[in-house]
Amino acid sequence: MAILVIAEHNNETLGASTLSTLAAAAKIGGDVHVLVAGSNSQAVAEAASACSSVSKVLHAEHADLAHPTAESLAAIVVANAEGYSHILASASTFGKNFTPRVGAKLDVQPISDIVSVESEDTFKRPIYAGNAIATVQSSDSVKVITVRGTAFDAVEASGGSAEIAAIDAAAHIFDKSKFESQELTKSERPELTAAKVIISGGRGMGSGENFQMIEEIADKLGAAVGASRAAVDAGFVPNDYQVGQTGKIVAPELYIAVGISGAIQHLAGMKDSKVIVAINKDEEAPIFQIADYGLVADLFKVLPELKDAL
Amino acid sequence: MKILVTVKRVVDYNVKVRVKDDNSGVETANVKMSMNPFCEIAVEEAVRLKEKGVATEIVVASIGPAQSQETLRTALALGADRAILVKTEENVEPLGVAKLLKEVIGKESPELVIMGKQSIDGDNNQSGQMLAALLDWPQGTFASEVNIADGKAAVTREVDGGLETVALNLPAVVTTDLRLNEPRFASLPNIMKAKRKPLEETTPADLGVDIAARTTTLKVEAPAQRQAGIKVETVAELVEKLKNEAKVI
Ligand SMILES: Cc1cc2nc3c(=O)[nH]c(=O)nc-3n(C[C@H](O)[C@H](O)[C@H](O)COP(=O)(O)OP(=O)(O)OC[C@H]3O[C@@H](n4cnc5c(N)ncnc54)[C@H](O)[C@@H]3O)c2cc1C
Ligand SMILES: Cc1cc2nc3c(=O)[nH]c(=O)nc-3n(C[C@H](O)[C@H](O)[C@H](O)COP(=O)(O)OP(=O)(O)OC[C@H]3O[C@@H](n4cnc5c(N)ncnc54)[C@H](O)[C@@H]3O)c2cc1C
Repeated sequence: MAILVIAEHNNETLGASTLSTLAAAAKIGGDVHVLVAGSNSQAVAEAASACSSVSKVLHAEHADLAHPTAESLAAIVVANAEGYSHILASASTFGKNFTPRVGAKLDVQPISDIVSVESEDTFKRPIYAGNAIATVQSSDSVKVITVRGTAFDAVEASGGSAEIAAIDAAAHIFDKSKFESQELTKSERPELTAAKVIISGGRGMGSGENFQMIEEIADKLGAAVGASRAAVDAGFVPNDYQVGQTGKIVAPELYIAVGISGAIQHLAGMKDSKVIVAINKDEEAPIFQIADYGLVADLFKVLPELKDAL
Repeated sequence: MKILVTVKRVVDYNVKVRVKDDNSGVETANVKMSMNPFCEIAVEEAVRLKEKGVATEIVVASIGPAQSQETLRTALALGADRAILVKTEENVEPLGVAKLLKEVIGKESPELVIMGKQSIDGDNNQSGQMLAALLDWPQGTFASEVNIADGKAAVTREVDGGLETVALNLPAVVTTDLRLNEPRFASLPNIMKAKRKPLEETTPADLGVDIAARTTTLKVEAPAQRQAGIKVETVAELVEKLKNEAKVI
C-alpha cells in the first residue's frame, strides 16, 4: 500500500508545507505518491516529480482548479483513494479545509495536526492549545491525516524523476460552490510559517502606524512580521498575521515578541521556536516564563535602538 | 429561513489545563466549563441574521452529557429559539458529531448551518467540513464575513495568505473564525426567558447513529516545558547574546 500526499501550491511552485508533509510520509514508510490538482500547474507536477522520495505524481488539470474548492478537491481525492493506506496534507488552512471532507466521504475519522509519527497507525497531536500532547491510534483502514509543518524537516526537492500520470478532474467539479475572489496580503517578506526569524507585535504596539518600527527591524533581519490576536482584533495588522492556537503555528530559529503578554493561546503558536526574545515593560508578563532572553523595557524606547544596533 | 447552530461545552479558555497523573487525559473535574468561543460567534451570527430579518428561526443543537443543557440555555439566552440536546456520556469524535447532526438536519431541514471552526479542547477543526460532506452541501469554513442573498451565501474566509471569498448555494454549512463578530453578553431578563424556551432531548440510539470511536487515545502527556532564560539589561547586550551565544542573527 502506498501513501498519497496532496500538494499545496499556487499553480507555479510547490509549497514548502508539502515538503514537510512528504517528510512525515517518509517516516510512515512505503511508496509515496503526490496528487497535484490545479490549472496550468505543470510546473508543480514537475516539481513534485523531482522530489527524490516521490515515486508517482497524479496530476488533475481543470480551469476550475485554479483556486480549487474543498468540495471539488475532496471529490478528486476520494475518486483516487483506492489502494492507499494513508492520505496526507499539511495542517494549513488549505489542508484543514478539505481533508475532513475526504474523511467523511470515506467513513474515516481523520487525525488533525500530527507532530510525530509513532508507527503506521499511531501519531502524536497537540490538544488544548498545546497544553497536552495526545498519542492517538487509528483503527480506520485508511488514515486521513494533516501534518503540522513545523514538526517535520522538509525533504530534498531534488534527485527524483517520478512518472506523472494525468487523472480526470471534470467529473468531480462540485457545482454548488464557487471561488469568487481573493485578497492576498502582499509582502516582500518571507511567509510566516517558513520564516527563520519572526518579529511579532501585540496590543502594546498601540497602533498600526507603530508597527512600522517592527517592519523596519524585520527588513534588517530578513524576518516575517506576526502579531497577537489582540493586535489583529484592534485592526493594527491584517488577520493573517495572527500567531497562535487559532492562527498560525510557527517555529522559527528566532522569535521576537514585542508588547505581547504571553497568553496560552499565543504561546500555543510559537513556543516551539528555537530562541525566544521578549520585550515587555511588565516584568511579570507570562511571556518572560518561556523567553530565552527577556528585556524589561518600554518598546517605544528600545525598538529604535534595536533597529540601529542591527 | 431556518438556521441550525451547534454549540459545544468545553473547558473554559481561561483555564490552564493539567494533564492527569495517570496520563489518561486532562483534569476536567471541578474545572470551569463554558460554551466553545467559536460556537458563541456562531450563535451571535445567527442572532444578527434574525435581527436583520434574514432568518426566521434559530435552532441550537449540542451533543454531550446532561450538563450541555446549560450551554444550550446560554445559547437560548443569546437569542436562539429552541434547543436540541443529543445526550451521550461518550466522547463523540467529529465523524460521530457529523453523523448525528446529519440526522437532526434531516428532521429540521435548516437552510443554513453555522458551527465553530474548531473546539478549543479537541482542536480538531473537522466537524463542519465532515457534516457538509455527509450532506453533500457546500461549505464556507473559517468565515470572517457572511452575506446571504438570493438563495446564496457569500462567505469571506480567513486563509493563510489573506482572505478568500466563495459563493455557496444554500443550504450550506458555515464555520466561524474569530473576526466574524463580537458576541454579546446575555442579559438577565433574557437568561430568565431562556428557561422557558423549549429544549428537546434525544440520543444517538434514537437517531440510529453508531458513534463508536475510530481512534483510541493511548496516552496524554504534558508538553516539554521551556525553561525561562535570562533577563538582559540593554539592547546592546541583547544583540550581543543573539549574535555570539544563540548565534541566530
Ligand atoms: C478562542 C480564543 C482563541 C484565541 N486565539 C489566539 C491566537 O491564536 N493568538 C493570540 O495571540 N491570541 C489568541 N487569543 C487571545 C489571547 O487570549 C490574548 O487575549 C491575546 O494573545 C493577548 O494579546 P497581547 O498579548 O497582544 O495583549 P495583552 O495581553 O493586552 O498584552 C499587551 C502587553 O503589552 C505590554 N506593553 C504595553 N505597552 C508596552 C510598552 N510601551 N512597552 C513594552 N510593553 C508594553 C503589556 O505589559 C502587556 O504585557 C485567543 C482567545 C480566545 C478566547
Ligand atoms: C484528552 C482527550 C482525550 C480524548 N480521547 C478521545 C477518545 O479516546 N476517543 C474519542 O472519540 N474522542 C476523544 N476525545 C474527544 C476528541 O478529541 C474531540 O473532543 C472530539 O473528537 C470532537 O472534536 P472537536 O470538538 O475538536 O471538533 P471540531 O471539529 O474542532 O469542532 C468544530 C465545531 O463543531 C461543533 N461541534 C463539535 N462537537 C460538538 C458537540 N459535541 N456538540 C455540538 N457541536 C459540536 C462545534 O460547533 C465546534 O465549534 C478526547 C478529547 C480529549 C481532550
